[in-house]
Amino acid sequence: MVRRVLTHLVLLAGAAVMLAPFVIMLSISLKPPGEVFAPQFSLLPTQWHAVENYTAAFTKVPLARFLANGLFVTLCIFAAQALTALPMAYALAKLRWRGRETAFAMVVLALLIPPQVPAIPLYIGLWQLGLLNTYAAIILPSTISVFGIFLMRQFFRTVPDDLIAAARMDGLSEWAIVWRIMLPTAAPAIAAFACLSFIWNWNEFFWPLIAVQEEHLMTPPLGIAFFSNAEAGTSFGPLMAAATVVTAPLALAFLLAQRAFISGVTMTGVK
Amino acid sequence: MPGVSLRGIQKSFGATPVLRDVTLEVLSGEFLAILGASGCGKSTLLRILAGLETADAGEVLIDERRVDALPPKARDLAMVFQSYALYPYMTVGQNIALPLEMRRMSPMQRLPLLGRLWSGGARKAITADVAAVAGPLGLTPLLDRKPAQLSGGQRQRVALARAMVRSPAAFLMDEPLSNLDARLRAEARAEIVALTRRLGVTTLYVTHDQGEAMAMADRVAVMQAGRVLQLAPPQELYDEPASLEVARFIGSPPMNALPAHVDEDGAVMVGEVRLPWISPARGAVTLGVRPEGWAPAGQGIPAMVTLIEHLGAETLCHLEGGAVLRLAPDMARGMVPGQALRLAVQKAVLFGPDEQRLPLQAAQREPALG
Amino acid sequence: MADTRRQPSPRRAEALAGTLLALPAFILMWLMLLGPAVAVGLLSLTDWNFGEPRIHFAGLDNYHEMWGDRVFWISLRNTVVYVGVSVPATVLLGLIAAIAIESVGPKGGLRGFYRAAYFLPVASTLLAMALVWEFMFHPSVGFVNQAFRAVGLPTADWLQNPDTALMALAAIGVWQNLGLAMVLFMAGLKSIPTDLYEALAMDGADGAWERFRRVTWPMLGPALVFVVAITAIRSFQVFDTVQVLTEGGPLKSTEVLLFTMVQQGFTFLRSAYGAAITMVFLLLTLSITLAQTMILDRRAHYG
Repeated sequence: MVRRVLTHLVLLAGAAVMLAPFVIMLSISLKPPGEVFAPQFSLLPTQWHAVENYTAAFTKVPLARFLANGLFVTLCIFAAQALTALPMAYALAKLRWRGRETAFAMVVLALLIPPQVPAIPLYIGLWQLGLLNTYAAIILPSTISVFGIFLMRQFFRTVPDDLIAAARMDGLSEWAIVWRIMLPTAAPAIAAFACLSFIWNWNEFFWPLIAVQEEHLMTPPLGIAFFSNAEAGTSFGPLMAAATVVTAPLALAFLLAQRAFISGVTMTGVK
Repeated sequence: MPGVSLRGIQKSFGATPVLRDVTLEVLSGEFLAILGASGCGKSTLLRILAGLETADAGEVLIDERRVDALPPKARDLAMVFQSYALYPYMTVGQNIALPLEMRRMSPMQRLPLLGRLWSGGARKAITADVAAVAGPLGLTPLLDRKPAQLSGGQRQRVALARAMVRSPAAFLMDEPLSNLDARLRAEARAEIVALTRRLGVTTLYVTHDQGEAMAMADRVAVMQAGRVLQLAPPQELYDEPASLEVARFIGSPPMNALPAHVDEDGAVMVGEVRLPWISPARGAVTLGVRPEGWAPAGQGIPAMVTLIEHLGAETLCHLEGGAVLRLAPDMARGMVPGQALRLAVQKAVLFGPDEQRLPLQAAQREPALG
Repeated sequence: MADTRRQPSPRRAEALAGTLLALPAFILMWLMLLGPAVAVGLLSLTDWNFGEPRIHFAGLDNYHEMWGDRVFWISLRNTVVYVGVSVPATVLLGLIAAIAIESVGPKGGLRGFYRAAYFLPVASTLLAMALVWEFMFHPSVGFVNQAFRAVGLPTADWLQNPDTALMALAAIGVWQNLGLAMVLFMAGLKSIPTDLYEALAMDGADGAWERFRRVTWPMLGPALVFVVAITAIRSFQVFDTVQVLTEGGPLKSTEVLLFTMVQQGFTFLRSAYGAAITMVFLLLTLSITLAQTMILDRRAHYG
């Protein structure tokens, strides 16, 4: 009994540390500049400044534009990833064709390459095509997800062969089998893949930093870094308001769909 | 008129031959069972016919038309799988409707959500057809459920409905009853036979259960190690097995195989006992006798009872040497282990040293018994 | 006459479908990942600077230069120190959190709360949170110094002091990745059959330490290797916090490999030299995967 209480105390203390940055972020986003630098930290402001801070966050920089960019880019990337990864995963898992083993070996090989490695050649290539500083520059390098291919292939392998045979007898083409049979059957895996794809690409900073300079193309992480630079640590209230706005969509999505998020991350460990 | 023909089919998986020159002519409207132990190639044969596997050699014909080059969907066959292969995320109704959708609706009409706007008529006809199939199978109240919410017997009927709904050229059934418990299996057996008879559709039915094959089929093809051993109506298969292999496979308990010989006069002898048949063969042979094909008598083959099994409707006497005698319970009253008997053979078949059946004729003259 | 086709058609149709379905992803994979990875290797053997009209083969010149480049060595050292500090801390804390959460049992809402609280940083935007951490590390009003002062620990201007800046970044890294290690460990713990603990109790050992030492730890082996590898790979990729909080400073004390690569390759436009640094980064990452595979293989042999 004592041990249980002790365990809870340790876990609660840990949770407090883990959540502290979020609490502080919210707290600062509600405070006027004078209270931010108060010598004694208090959770709630004595003088509420939330409206001013959040208004400033949306007016000093085009925060709404950043969010819209982020949404557009993540949606395009996931659509492209799903559109290419699912058919290949099906071909690798269930069809017999020459070169299948080689293609799969290449997927595994590509899985080992960190996403930052292709950056310099991609930059040069996009420059030659005149695509730097466009949405395409942000989106194109992420249109392929070898992780998605690998994950979906592992999942598709567990779909019974009889189900595919039945679909062929029922008159479905191979293309239709991918979308009408495999996709719904593997819905949990696809939800997990979608969650991971959104986490990665919404939060991605490295590549957008390289690919775009113009303000109107910036994704949320890039935009908030831009904001931080412009204000040089003077207006913490609006900055934390902006940080809250940028973090909120994923954090809320996570709290609503915890299971899919966590199973998605756990699946990075599938063998 | 042949409904389905398989001619000279050969198939290997890697270096392992699975089918060695299989030829099978299935008549139009016939219910043909393919019977064999697991691994004999029967399922592969069915999948080749369906177009799900490709034969290494041989021809596949449906209604006298070569279909080897056609994909499964173009062969107009419907299959019921052992696992039922129901789409888990679709309702029963959607499962049954899918083959019709694929055949009757254009890709535009099949579009998710949008397709509903311009496919009203086709969709209505499909719904009507689904209802017509679901009714007799007792599926009407289940149409909106998902497969996971159904019992095994219900799933099996959904699989049947999905196969029947588009009136195919032939039904292919791959052990469709093996996932049901014994009581349901007997019910479903009768149901399937009644349905296929009513529809008059050619049916190929793969099973490892000889009871199923014998009870349901017009003709049974017995397969072993990638070959068809015999193709015959059930009773003929039982009474006149073409080889010792078939004889041992069919019937439970299996046919007794007694060492015998044919003397120079053509008389069939078991030990010193002369049986009432003659054969053109000479020398060592094997006599096949069904457990009910002999009976205790004053004279005949000597035997000793080792074990008695009272099964209610019948009694099985196990004899020294592994043979079995089947008796009506009345006949077996008072019989005890260790008892010596004389058995007169009433019905038998003869196999040569190559295990193939030999002709056997009733002896013209009065045989000297014992 | 009907037997003229040697290869029957359904098989050929399947092969064709397989190739066609795999093709778009295959092309993209080469265009965006494998091709550029090969190109990085080739580029590192040239003297090309971004925008120059001519390109020459330069052999190992870039690697030679790197060997004598003080900043590169500082960068490599910092990266290794960062990984060496943050990986053990992440793995250890993640393991403790996982075991503690598993041990409180499924009853009550707290278990779900703990899991969500520890995992939330993994799902949040690191860049935004890094700015919060910058505020928390603020020398006078920062939460960290206030808390340290309250319990009598020394305080510092964490991010501006060359002695502490890298450690401060490592702390952020641990905070971010701990939840990931935790859920992976929880998955590993779930796969340990409970009857092993029951057998242990029958054998007379039911203390928490005995349970951990005799069952949990040995059974968790493969998960541990995997968690270490994945945390290490993620730690090697540290970039966001450096870029927005310290820009490699003060006095190059937080200069890490990816930051150096971006500086050389994109700020100074020295593409070939940046490519050479990328190759070093790639080799380090691959060697972790290789080590992981070898350790797991050996375990499998003895296991």
